[in-house]
Amino acid sequence: MFANIFVIGLLNGCVYALLAAGFSLLFSVARIVNLAYTAYWMIAAYIYLGMTLLGLPSWLAAAVSIILTIAMSLVFQRLLDPVKGNPMSVMILTLAIGVILQKSVSFVQDSVQGVYFQIVPSLIKGSTHILGVAVTYQYLLSLFVVLVILAALGMFLTKTRFGIAIRATSQDKQVAGLVGINEKAVANIVTGIAVGVAAIAGVVVSPLYVLEPWMWLQHLLVLMAVVIFGGLGSLKGSMIAAFIIAFIEAGVVFLLPSVGFLRSAIVMFIMIVVLLVRPRGLFGAMVEEH
Amino acid sequence: MRIGNITDYLKKEIFPVPTRVMAFVGLAALVAFPLIMDQPHILRLMIMIFIFSIFAASWDLISAYTGQVVLGHALFFGVSAYTCAMLNTHFNMSPVMTIPIGAVVAVAAGLIAGFPALRLKGIYLGLTTMAMPVVLVAVIEYMRSYTGGEQGIIGIEQLATSRVHFYYIALLLMVVSIAVLMKITRSKIGLIFQAIRDDEIAARASGVNTTYYKLLSFSLSGLFAGLAGGLYAHFMRVIGPSVFEFSFSFEPIIWTIFGGGASIVGPVIGVFILLPVVEMLHVHLGDNATLIYYLILVIVVVFAPGGVLRLINRYTEKVCPECMTVNAFPRRQCRVCSAKLSAVNGE
Repeated sequence: MFANIFVIGLLNGCVYALLAAGFSLLFSVARIVNLAYTAYWMIAAYIYLGMTLLGLPSWLAAAVSIILTIAMSLVFQRLLDPVKGNPMSVMILTLAIGVILQKSVSFVQDSVQGVYFQIVPSLIKGSTHILGVAVTYQYLLSLFVVLVILAALGMFLTKTRFGIAIRATSQDKQVAGLVGINEKAVANIVTGIAVGVAAIAGVVVSPLYVLEPWMWLQHLLVLMAVVIFGGLGSLKGSMIAAFIIAFIEAGVVFLLPSVGFLRSAIVMFIMIVVLLVRPRGLFGAMVEEH
Repeated sequence: MRIGNITDYLKKEIFPVPTRVMAFVGLAALVAFPLIMDQPHILRLMIMIFIFSIFAASWDLISAYTGQVVLGHALFFGVSAYTCAMLNTHFNMSPVMTIPIGAVVAVAAGLIAGFPALRLKGIYLGLTTMAMPVVLVAVIEYMRSYTGGEQGIIGIEQLATSRVHFYYIALLLMVVSIAVLMKITRSKIGLIFQAIRDDEIAARASGVNTTYYKLLSFSLSGLFAGLAGGLYAHFMRVIGPSVFEFSFSFEPIIWTIFGGGASIVGPVIGVFILLPVVEMLHVHLGDNATLIYYLILVIVVVFAPGGVLRLINRYTEKVCPECMTVNAFPRRQCRVCSAKLSAVNGE
């Protein structure tokens, strides 16, 4: 029982943490709430699936999917430029982009007859037992890749010159500009990195899920809960919140199976309570909104 | 005397401004509409437009006017719709009773939702309100025996016996609601709402009790959203947890942004344009309609950020820089104070 909670919670926690990291990065540099973020995750999984169905080897399919998704996000980013000053319009626009991606996938799905677009083939077959729980190798591989990316992202942001430039821009745009950081370039690269991270997560984790074009909305809600819970713009906060929320979810599903369908409601309820006590989330104090 | 007053008002305030003439003609056309068109599905669409106009305008009040980002507006709509449905099916109360009660319950929901607004701002508030309908759906599914769970509640009484009858009730309620909302937003209260949106600290420093006015805005918004929800329940006669869905919260935002926020009229224009467009797209394109709909939305938001209303106003009106009176576009002098009007609007 607890081993189950641990296994499921760990994977979901890692995925949420990765998505939350990308989302936080995007928010803290570009200062926009990009509701289409999980849609990039979904589209990457679908492109990967499509490419493997076309007969491409997995590694090539993964590369094509990640590159295409990043390119797509950079194009859509252009659309946001004229409305940047109005957060409401940005929200509507990014939501619309998400829905457009979802409907495009549905459209392709419907027009290609006879192909089953839900199960992504695993990269490696087989399973083993850890703590008495059956764990597939695919799960271990996904977990490993996600952890590696998380660590790499953390190293990149804290240790490299460019990562420091990104963090500087997120803290103070003007001063960052004064010391010679090209803010526009940083924004573009951050978009690329953030969406790339989501795309990698989509590709690596997709074999563990049943794919549905609308699943991005469900994940968006959880992702928002994670990010807000941890404090918008705080990487550390979202990491911690991601695992808290993932373990709560897994705990509700396994310990109280009769109310398993309430799991997102329970997460939302906890989030509301936390926000009432700490209006800026767990670690959100450092980001000031303007 | 009264007739004279009305013609005087028409001559002085309605006819000199093109957009007001359009609104006047449009309203007259709506009143006459059932006389020339009696196809049930068209009337159904019109009734939906009226109901959703009230819903969209109520979102405009709380978010575009008062600046309290509400991303879960379906909460008020759904709470009222469910209250009406439950009172009607369990206690056999007539719709005349249930709709006002539903609206009052929505006001209570507005106050409860407004409570976090006192501490939270911007996207944090938006997310909290977005989470509220999700929690409520869980409660509804949990209390299956009263709420019908996923199946929802069926067999709600129709408010009016015929569709034309319902059409006029909905039209009347929409016109009254929009008029009341416009009156509120153009009064001192509306000014305070905008002050809170633009700079809350400055508003408080000027002696405004921001707590009171924020809660007032939430309850007013809840009231009208609740009215719309009650009408919806008694029109559809079936209500399910889908009224709390994500998309239901985002539709009023889309209508408002499309039509032009912070104007009350904008969301109404948005509903009047977008709802028939969606209906038409669905008839002709089936499932791909949503794709086209959102593409249109993206194009409008990118190329007309102020919404359709601002676009129309820009080419048909000039605001006098001296007395803020609205003038028709060809005029060179203000019709009230004779001040000179610039050639291009807003310069």
